[in-house]
Amino acid sequence: MGTGFVSTAAPVSRLMEELQQLPGVGPKTAARLAYFLLRAPEAQARALAEAIVDIKEKIVLCSQCQNITESDPCPVCQNPARDHSRVCVVAEPLDILALERTGRYKGLYHVLHGLISPLEGIGPDQLKIKDLMARLNVGGVQELVLATNPNLEGDATAMYLHRMVTPLGLRVTRLARGLPVGGDLEYADEVTLGRALDGRQEM
Amino acid sequence: MPPPRIYKTAAIVLRQINLGEADKIITLYTPNLGKVRAVAKGIRRARSRLSGHLETLNHCMLVLARGRNLDVIDQGQTVHGFSSLKENLWLTGCAIYAADLVDSFTGENIENPPLFDLLLNTLSRFEEGQSPELNRHYFELHLLRCLGYRPQLRSCPGCRALLKPVTNYFSAGAGGVLCPNCHLSVSSARPVSSGALRALLLLERSEYGAVGNLKLLPEVSREVEGVIRGYLSYLLEGEARSVRFLDRLRRDGLSGSA
Repeated sequence: MGTGFVSTAAPVSRLMEELQQLPGVGPKTAARLAYFLLRAPEAQARALAEAIVDIKEKIVLCSQCQNITESDPCPVCQNPARDHSRVCVVAEPLDILALERTGRYKGLYHVLHGLISPLEGIGPDQLKIKDLMARLNVGGVQELVLATNPNLEGDATAMYLHRMVTPLGLRVTRLARGLPVGGDLEYADEVTLGRALDGRQEM
Repeated sequence: MPPPRIYKTAAIVLRQINLGEADKIITLYTPNLGKVRAVAKGIRRARSRLSGHLETLNHCMLVLARGRNLDVIDQGQTVHGFSSLKENLWLTGCAIYAADLVDSFTGENIENPPLFDLLLNTLSRFEEGQSPELNRHYFELHLLRCLGYRPQLRSCPGCRALLKPVTNYFSAGAGGVLCPNCHLSVSSARPVSSGALRALLLLERSEYGAVGNLKLLPEVSREVEGVIRGYLSYLLEGEARSVRFLDRLRRDGLSGSA
């Protein structure tokens, strides 16, 4: 070879190239990870490979709530113990985990997979809004809980959904906003503090 | 003397994008520094002291520290959060559109105090419930004026003759309204009725107070919209993304102020 360039064995450089596709992984990190895997026990490498294949082969979107799941419908939608008359709308699957950790919500979910963001060119068509409307049109849902983020995009999405479902005549609620636990009044902005005052509760 | 390491400025938040685990890059428009992109650290955590103050479209007072690459937002205090504007979907869409235009048309660190005032006044007028259509067109035309793209509406850019009150033709390439003669040599010019031309002139030449009560006929309003939209997308080499959201709201019948 006239170039004088010593390249690594083809399978290793192929792995390095694949690893470089991951977010935050550059050539050096990719090389380090590739050589780590090269030296790792075969079982460990195989487990990683299988885990990666599994998320592609076994994960589907639940046809009802659009959450990522192994079985369709997902365990939440299938669970008869949950309140099927209540649907909580969230932006991302991770938001469901956060809400489930509270242990306070017993209804179903609907994942939009994003929020309306006019500045990024994300409109209602890029989200699972059509699926939500179809689900609500079937009937049986009495309350829609809008649990989108309390920022401009989340509010715009909530307002849009509210306007779209108004003709269906169901109860539409929005998560309260106020002061975070461990927060500081002095640093609260006027909107948050105002809402906290509006939503104050009898002790 | 080197520039101070810490500076204080008023700003309107134009947009934000996520950075890393809990940070954001915030695009700000300031009166004396123009557009500034700055990092807000830890702002995505629920307990962040800054997050509520740096919500998009907020008018705020900030303390920034110079960074090697991007400046870092150290302290923030809302001056006005436009919260009643943000409770209305259509007005929110219009206000985001205004912020989007400022972002698209400006480069970083080019000061333009009149443009800052225009944006702030426009947001205030949206919130006060002034006609969103009129306010939007007023904003668009005066934005062009602040940036040196003011369209020629009084005399024909082709032959310099004063335009007559007949159907003339707007050409984005010529930067103004061509007379019926000159438009023949230009391929893509759109007809402008004398009524629409009068409305454009009035909006472009006046203070808002003088035109705030103007009532445009629906067909004139459509023409004005078409002319400005065509000119803006010519200058931006494509439509501003937020325009599509306004189109969508209109299609869904949500363009009312309710």
